[in-house]
Amino acid sequence: MSSRDEILARVRQNQPEPRPLPSVPMFDVGLPTSIDTFKTNLNRMGGKVVDPPADGDLDALIWELFPDVRVVCSATPEVKGNLSIDTIRSPQELNDVDVGVVRALFGVAETGSLWLSEAQYKVNALGFLSQHLVVLLDPGAIVANMHQAYQHQGFVEAKYAVFMTGPSATADIEGILIHGAQGIRTMTVIPVSAR
Amino acid sequence: MKRIDHAEASSKFIKAKDHLDFHDQRLWDLRKKRDRESESIPEWQELRSLASAIKEHTLTHLADFLEEFERNAAANGVKVHWAKDASEHNQIVLQILESRRARTLVKAKSMLTDECEMRPFLENRGIEVIETDLGERIQQLDDEPPSHIVVPAVHKLRTDVSRVFAATIGTDAKNSDVHYLAESQRQHTRPYFLKADAGMIGANFAVAETGTVVVCTNEGNADLSMLLPKLQIASIGIEKMIPRVEHLAVFIRMLSRNALGSPITQLTSHFRVPREGTEMHIVLVDNGRSERLGMADFWYSLKCIRCGACMNTCPVYRRSGGLSYGATYSGPIGVIIDPTFNLRKYSALPFASTLNGSCTSVCPVRINIHEQIYKWRQVIAERHQLPFVKKEAMQIAGKVFGSPKLYRAAVEALGASVEHLPRFMLYNPLNAWGRQREVPPAPASTFRHWYLKNRTKEGERK
Repeated sequence: MSSRDEILARVRQNQPEPRPLPSVPMFDVGLPTSIDTFKTNLNRMGGKVVDPPADGDLDALIWELFPDVRVVCSATPEVKGNLSIDTIRSPQELNDVDVGVVRALFGVAETGSLWLSEAQYKVNALGFLSQHLVVLLDPGAIVANMHQAYQHQGFVEAKYAVFMTGPSATADIEGILIHGAQGIRTMTVIPVSAR
Repeated sequence: MKRIDHAEASSKFIKAKDHLDFHDQRLWDLRKKRDRESESIPEWQELRSLASAIKEHTLTHLADFLEEFERNAAANGVKVHWAKDASEHNQIVLQILESRRARTLVKAKSMLTDECEMRPFLENRGIEVIETDLGERIQQLDDEPPSHIVVPAVHKLRTDVSRVFAATIGTDAKNSDVHYLAESQRQHTRPYFLKADAGMIGANFAVAETGTVVVCTNEGNADLSMLLPKLQIASIGIEKMIPRVEHLAVFIRMLSRNALGSPITQLTSHFRVPREGTEMHIVLVDNGRSERLGMADFWYSLKCIRCGACMNTCPVYRRSGGLSYGATYSGPIGVIIDPTFNLRKYSALPFASTLNGSCTSVCPVRINIHEQIYKWRQVIAERHQLPFVKKEAMQIAGKVFGSPKLYRAAVEALGASVEHLPRFMLYNPLNAWGRQREVPPAPASTFRHWYLKNRTKEGERK
């Protein structure tokens, strides 16, 4: 008997009496989906929200926010940057990116989380090898809580999907919180409607 | 197999006063943060019940869900393997790596691979294994197992980390600044991410409906381990199954709130289909789980989502440190899991508890942890696994507590003895309780004396 069949047989034999599967409520009555709630919760997780530029020039805003950086790599046509994600052949090439730019598909107000997948990133490592990440978010594309978020079809379609909530972080030494563990050091969200 | 002596091992931990105090405070702080977060969610208790019911449903239909998961993962282009035990798991991982001539493996934290003792197995066969989680890396470099399932190096102070890093990755031995130490590990680890032939993760959840592997992390290391190398491996205990994507909401809403007191982990990552031009393997591991499923009293422990809250709240764990349990899983959850791996070796662990029930009350999936601890004590007593001293003491205690007359005589004698007996009589090897504690001063009169003096037979005030 293969290990597979042996394990399954033993599991079948040892399974306790069946118990029912409960249905899960949405717990979303009266919950806010505003950018303000999103912002409050993202701030708690170490991310920040920056107002969009009055003149609509996102590139100028990003260079202004990060004056000392060399490489800005954008995965969204709304920002040009100076390195096109389309030229990237292997994810390792993104290691010298200072600022990655991407548009999230949607946000979650409850936690300040952003939903991203390979459809947004093109090369997923952009969200991890970059030193800083700028995320565009349509303020109209915010769901109330995780129950709503997990209804999204993206989880069935995407190869890789991630909720990012602020920068990478660690508190493994004496509980001292450090932003910029192995991935991005800062996360900046700019609320801009999707065209 | 040598029996783990928890009391003896904790005595070493207790001797280092500054470590003990910090450990106790740090974990209690996590507990307080957890309380604040959970109290901010009105449906918290309902979420616990839902999480428990979803897990119980899954475990009582586990074979079907495992088959569904396997089917969907295979359809996603993932190769699924099955491992009966730790040794088969390690062999499978080695074969996968060797089939692609992979020499360097970057990995995220996984209690399962610790349970299987995979790292030394691979290292002895020429594979370079890099733990990429900061806490886990500290423990790897110090050649120690993790002492906590969520915060692996919580028993260390910054000066300990500084000593370990100076000796291994070349940091300045005089610098124990926490930012400096963390940044040094980041700089040291990044090249490994870039050059690794293979990457590895564990799993927090595995979704049967979609074949998705879900990991909840903060550092970004799990994603880097999976998104850079051409070869990816996920090792998953068979109890990690959940039926559908929508069920993730229940667990994700509770996991980090209960573990660290943060609303969510910085990253909640879902791996379903391998990236183009790369391959992904999943190893489903039993290693005693299917057997535990058949234990009428103890199968509930398989609901555990490894948040560590029971450890943070446990007064014994906080004052003895995870390493004193001598097992992969420590604290209250370890106490009820470890004996299923080896009853004799871990027979002392169920006694490392005050049975205060705090673990049960913070458990997000409503495992009756303290009741299981009590039941393990019964099993151990029945199978004669009690150490001699404990058995003798318990038999005497049983007789004394069973007879009101003997009990009263003992209490009165004890009251007198605490004041008048020389220390060596009180703090002797037969009195395990007195080893790390001072016996409190005896009250001037016993409760019974006070009661007889102040109350009538009917319980009225005199």
